[in-house]
Amino acid sequence: MSAEGSLKTDLMVYAGILVFAGVQIFVAYHSPGVIRMLVIAAIQAFLAVMFFMHLRDEKSTLRLALIPATLFVLVMLNMVWADSFRLISMKPFAK
Amino acid sequence: MSDANLTMGHGAGVMEERPFAIPSKKLVMWLFIISDACTFGAMLFAYGYVRNAAPDWPHHFEASSIINVAIMTFILVSSSLTMLIATRAAKASDKSKALRFTFITVVLGLIFAALHLREWSSMIHQGVRLFQNPWGAPLFGASFFGITGLHLAHVISGAIALTVVALGYKRGRYNSDDIEVWSLYWHFVDLVWMFVVPMIYLLNVAQ
Repeated sequence: MSAEGSLKTDLMVYAGILVFAGVQIFVAYHSPGVIRMLVIAAIQAFLAVMFFMHLRDEKSTLRLALIPATLFVLVMLNMVWADSFRLISMKPFAK
Repeated sequence: MSDANLTMGHGAGVMEERPFAIPSKKLVMWLFIISDACTFGAMLFAYGYVRNAAPDWPHHFEASSIINVAIMTFILVSSSLTMLIATRAAKASDKSKALRFTFITVVLGLIFAALHLREWSSMIHQGVRLFQNPWGAPLFGASFFGITGLHLAHVISGAIALTVVALGYKRGRYNSDDIEVWSLYWHFVDLVWMFVVPMIYLLNVAQ
């Protein structure tokens, strides 16, 4: 990271993350939904990784090494949903 | 001869360049972070699985809990900002400012942990245990204490690590790179909280 980086940018990102946290609470009471919550959390995470953790200032090869590998694992974990929905359709549990 | 001398000057050709042009310890921290992200990801997926499959998942969190969580979020995100200021100061060789803001970060982290423990205490007094829950699915307790406990362990260990690194930085044992590396960890702890709050608390508010 550069020592001369802008504190103004940091403050804007900080405020942005807090605003999105407030939006999440509003959504939780007015139109809750997993996808909406996750989208807002992903935007917050993107801001934190790129600006607080300064991944945007690193070489693009580092971004390419880190982000796709992590996303691949997290996407592959989605295969559990089919089984959890199967459990719902088995309620009350089959004997 | 330091790594820097070998790669940048006297030892050119002796050692390969650092991968991705960052200090090795920073790369190691990034690798730790992605592995830890997968750990938290797996925990949250497991939570989603049991929540989805449980017929009586409780929607228990009252407004007081949500206000507490909002305050905790504000404190943790603010601690990320103070850590950012500390890192910038360390990079600019302003040692006293870097130390001051690192310790402010530690204090904010400890306040966060105290608020979290207070909430845990309240839940335990209401009868929630690891495999016992007065409002419905028993696995609610396991997932709540498991995920928030893992996050809390990260906060407490991060506060300890930042204290150790700051004291070492003060004595000259560690340099600004070490402050930056541990700031990555601290921001990651903040990042994980951004997913824990909606999944654990906000999807289970009492409407």
